[in-house]
Amino acid sequence: MATTAASTTSTTTTTADSSKQPPPPTARRLGRPDPRARSRGGQRFVLVGLVLASVYSLFPVYWLIIAATKDRTGLYQSNGLWFSGWHLWDNLHQVFTYEDGIFLRWTANSFLYAGVGSLGGTLIALATGYGLARFDFPGRGAVFAAVVGSFLIPIALLTLPLYLLFSEIGLVDTPWAMLIPCLINPFSVYLAKVYVEATIPFELLEAARIDGAGELRIFFSIVLRMMTTGGATVFLLAFVNTWNAFFLPLTVLRGEQNWTLNLGLYNWSGKRAESGVDLTSLVLTGALLSIVPMAIMMIAMRRYWRTGVTMGALK
Amino acid sequence: MIRSLRWKGAAFTVPFQLGFVFLYLLPIGYAVYQSLYRSQSSGLGLGGTTDEFSGLDNYQQGLTDPKFMGSVLRVVLFALVQIPVMLVISLVLALLLDSLTSKAAGRFRIMLLVPYMIPGVVAAIVWINLYSPDVGPLTPLGQLFGLDWNFFAPSMVWPSIGNLLTWHGIGYNMVIIYAALQGVPRELFEAARLDGATEWRVATSIKIPFVRGALVLTGMLSIIQMLQIFNEPALFRNITPQTVDDSFTPIMIIYNQAFNAGNYHYAAALSVLLALILGVASFLFYRLTSKETD
Repeated sequence: MATTAASTTSTTTTTADSSKQPPPPTARRLGRPDPRARSRGGQRFVLVGLVLASVYSLFPVYWLIIAATKDRTGLYQSNGLWFSGWHLWDNLHQVFTYEDGIFLRWTANSFLYAGVGSLGGTLIALATGYGLARFDFPGRGAVFAAVVGSFLIPIALLTLPLYLLFSEIGLVDTPWAMLIPCLINPFSVYLAKVYVEATIPFELLEAARIDGAGELRIFFSIVLRMMTTGGATVFLLAFVNTWNAFFLPLTVLRGEQNWTLNLGLYNWSGKRAESGVDLTSLVLTGALLSIVPMAIMMIAMRRYWRTGVTMGALK
Repeated sequence: MIRSLRWKGAAFTVPFQLGFVFLYLLPIGYAVYQSLYRSQSSGLGLGGTTDEFSGLDNYQQGLTDPKFMGSVLRVVLFALVQIPVMLVISLVLALLLDSLTSKAAGRFRIMLLVPYMIPGVVAAIVWINLYSPDVGPLTPLGQLFGLDWNFFAPSMVWPSIGNLLTWHGIGYNMVIIYAALQGVPRELFEAARLDGATEWRVATSIKIPFVRGALVLTGMLSIIQMLQIFNEPALFRNITPQTVDDSFTPIMIIYNQAFNAGNYHYAAALSVLLALILGVASFLFYRLTSKETD
């Protein structure tokens, strides 16, 4: 049955394709098989491969959604691959009220660090990228080398001394300990430079200068405006990066009032081995909740990050 | 360029330069400085500790520390298996996507990218629960086929983490390779096909050589990440402290030396060592992959 269905689909696809694009006449005349017809069996292989990979990619998320709708008994005793009772609202209520709503606090913190930190970091990155891409000043090469070289620095090498320095000036365990490091992001600078090179023509800057515009004015009212797409991409990637951060918050944030969602979930998930309190149900519902903002943002802005991912990688 | 304009241009980079000095150069310098000293009495914050200059002693200790070198070796061996597996799967998926119409490819691509949208810590939590013998569906599924697997057993921890990393990484790597594939001139395929080349031939002799650069890049990024692996083992340790000990990966050792043992000087030396190892590994990988192109 399955085979028949698959072969029918692939045949229809092939017919639809060849009706749109007739095979090159040379192939026919020379008696060679039409390449599209030849790949009919291959087409089935392609689809099977991609469907399997999609199942692999999606099944953990599917399981997570199902698990978030179950109560404790359902979670431990029912078949994990299908629903058993509907307890999603109870679970959400529990997550949001546990320890006086600490989960909401963590969510707000995550938004604060990722939002404000990335906004500041993006602005600095755009200015730096603009300076590097459109001006020729002594030391320009050194700045760019610093940007690229820092990709190789292990995070522990930076985070541990940063912790000591921050504790000297009393910043440990305050939001600043998360926000300040977010302001300087070499990858954002690199991406911003690539975008400026692609979107801001020299001639435009010359024209603005001849019209008497100051350099700051040119940057804020021309460059930034033309860089909305690039800026959005830089912001989005920085936001995702900070939202996902774990080592830095683990090191510099001690009290749970300042924690991020990641730290909170890590703590909840370790409670069982540590003190015997089983929060599995809370952890799973919380995990699902923490994906939601990321998924909404990525889907809404997929045009931006897709170019960001590939541009940053290929240039 | 006019002289004053040059300096105005440089001014745009000043906030970054200042930040870079304070958040990169200063901490690195501080770490190197700290790594050359030793605390004489243990315990941070106690009045009685004195730091004494000890030269490269901490480095010597690190290089001969079986725990640290063992963790580096463990991570390197793991990287040698997991990264090629992940990149081959990503490459195959990118090639499969590339053979579809762009509309169908878009639909699959978004599904394959779902794992990339999930924060690493959350991904680890989800997989740990999938592996869990209490709540996860994989244990009963295995029993159905007569497999009695325990994902947290000492011999299974790395494969379990490897599967988690592969699941999380294939979408991202596939997108990068796929984007590179889109840059291959289409006429090349048509010409090869007209000459009677099979799809396999087209893939191996035209497409894969063309995306070599993207593969080197994704490989490099994966190596850098892998040597610093921390989140996943830390979360596994959360659940099974008996199989994943506190010296499982280099960064875990560094973290524990700094925050649990209070031996910051040694932790600083180890993090400098790790940076050097990372630099050497990246350099070797780069040399190895660029040599083959000639």
